[in-house]
Amino acid sequence: MVRELEKYFRPGIGVTTYCPGCGEAILQGLILRAIDELKLNMDEMLFVSGIGCAAWIPSPYFNADSLHTLHGRTIAFATGAKMVNPKLKVMVISGDGDLADIGGNHLIHGARRNMDMTVICANNQNYGMTGGQVCATTPEGALTMTTHQGNPFRPFDLCRLVKAAGAVYVARYAVTQPVAMVRGIKKALQTEGFTFIEALTPCPVQFGRRNKLGKPAEMLKDLMTKCISEEKAETLSTEELKSKIITGEL
Amino acid sequence: MGKQKVNSVLPPGSYYFSGDEAVAEGAIAARCGYCAGYPITPATETLERLSVRFGEVGAAFMQMEDEIASICSCIGASWAGAKAMTITSGPGFSLMQEAIGYAVFTETPLVLVDAQRSGPSTGQATRVGSGDIMQAKWGSHGDYLAIALSPWSVQELYDQTINAFNLAERFRVPVFVMAEEATAHLHERIEVGAEVELFNREKKPGAPPFGTEEEDGVPPMPVFGDGEKLLITGSTHDEWGVRKITHPEIHRKLVTRLQKKILNRSQEIIQYDSHYLDDAQVAVICYGFTARSALFAVEQLRGEGKKIGVLRLKTLWPFADELIKDIGSRVGKIFVPEMNMGQVAGEVMKYAACEVVSYGQVNGEIVHPHTIIEQLRRLV
Repeated sequence: MVRELEKYFRPGIGVTTYCPGCGEAILQGLILRAIDELKLNMDEMLFVSGIGCAAWIPSPYFNADSLHTLHGRTIAFATGAKMVNPKLKVMVISGDGDLADIGGNHLIHGARRNMDMTVICANNQNYGMTGGQVCATTPEGALTMTTHQGNPFRPFDLCRLVKAAGAVYVARYAVTQPVAMVRGIKKALQTEGFTFIEALTPCPVQFGRRNKLGKPAEMLKDLMTKCISEEKAETLSTEELKSKIITGEL
Repeated sequence: MGKQKVNSVLPPGSYYFSGDEAVAEGAIAARCGYCAGYPITPATETLERLSVRFGEVGAAFMQMEDEIASICSCIGASWAGAKAMTITSGPGFSLMQEAIGYAVFTETPLVLVDAQRSGPSTGQATRVGSGDIMQAKWGSHGDYLAIALSPWSVQELYDQTINAFNLAERFRVPVFVMAEEATAHLHERIEVGAEVELFNREKKPGAPPFGTEEEDGVPPMPVFGDGEKLLITGSTHDEWGVRKITHPEIHRKLVTRLQKKILNRSQEIIQYDSHYLDDAQVAVICYGFTARSALFAVEQLRGEGKKIGVLRLKTLWPFADELIKDIGSRVGKIFVPEMNMGQVAGEVMKYAACEVVSYGQVNGEIVHPHTIIEQLRRLV
């Protein structure tokens, strides 16, 4: 994150809690970049987060009203606040385990109701904070602390899930696509209704290490080669698509 | 801010309501701004009424996807500035326990009406019980204290719902109205006065929202959008809400203050009724619907010259320990009838020096006056 965005940080915050090589620090900067470019008033914003690494992106760092809630219940908390004060610009920032595993039901109901809020889901493919266990977005076959012989189950496609539940704007970007990610977050914030961004972010310490994905830089490079647009995907065969991730507005 | 008298929303006069309807009207009288819930017998009728009435008075109503979402949205609503309420019965009360702990720890005012039915589990969903009393005290993990009220009539469901909002806002704590199926579904006439006394949240711009100088203080409560840049967390925190997750003294101080802010004001909170206790040799300690049967039974036996008195607890938590200690030193025996296996009797035994006889009935029916008469004849 660049120094000029530090003005959005709560005074007195010296260090962040991310592990070395975590992509969530990049995401934190991109969210603030989007807010800065839109010139949003932080006093009118409410950041709601749950439990897990990504829940720390807004709390305690962002200098604005922040509600650091129970595990999985972010969207329910945010719904009550928005219902009472519709003037609040509500942004939910949390992880895949928080939003899609324990909080999956609230996620689809928030989308179904089309509650006016922007949800940013940092997807690092595992439970990072508790030491790297399998979650609903872990790829099939991946090694985690609770799947030593490989994950036997398929992962959720979060964007398809949330889109099917009724979200009005859904997009997926990796932290290696900063310009597109900022554009996507801005569009989500400017769109009225339930908007959802799946932010792909590497977790070298808990996920990468066990799956021999290399150093943080190699994981970032890997994301850069894997992420392709929908248009590009249409030119590839089913076999070629297996190793790719489609990003963009979906 | 603080206490103020406002006009009643309902025109003053007599009304014929069910207990569930009275809860809804009590919430409206208290200027509840947000209610969320999930349908459950025997509390559903409150939601149904509020879904219509809130539209008329300009408050927000949400039927959420489950009870967890219901109470969590109420916490969000409370911090956005509304008086908030959720309504449920035993199974929903169980689901809400984690969020109750969050509300206690973040000092979020909240009213929760539990129309108790016979448990455990799904139990007998349409029958009465009073088995959630200890759950109201110990249901969420960790040490904490909330406030629990026990109304015995439709009138009291109206009055105590208003009182619950006042206590919640005054002490920044969840307040439970421990209704029972028998009162929730009972229809009775109630009187609505011209004015209602309400307590409105104290605000103090710039003051720390989670700490006070006093060891038992209640801090002022800002809301979202005031520019206070609130930091709210269920982790242990200092007076500004900054996480302090390894500091022994900060944790001790916070957990202790949250208990003391209630316990040190228990005289202000606790309400009770007493009848015929002056010369009583036996005291019946009761609450909720069972107190109706108990008072009837005692009046019958008084007619026969039996020296029996009644203490009806209108507040269950914090517990009326001093009062019960005093009664226990003046009577020979205390009899505690209730629709559970002796949850309040156990508390009475902690404080009363005399013999305490528990009568716990768990058959999904109210404790009949004749049952209490029969039991009391054996004691006197």
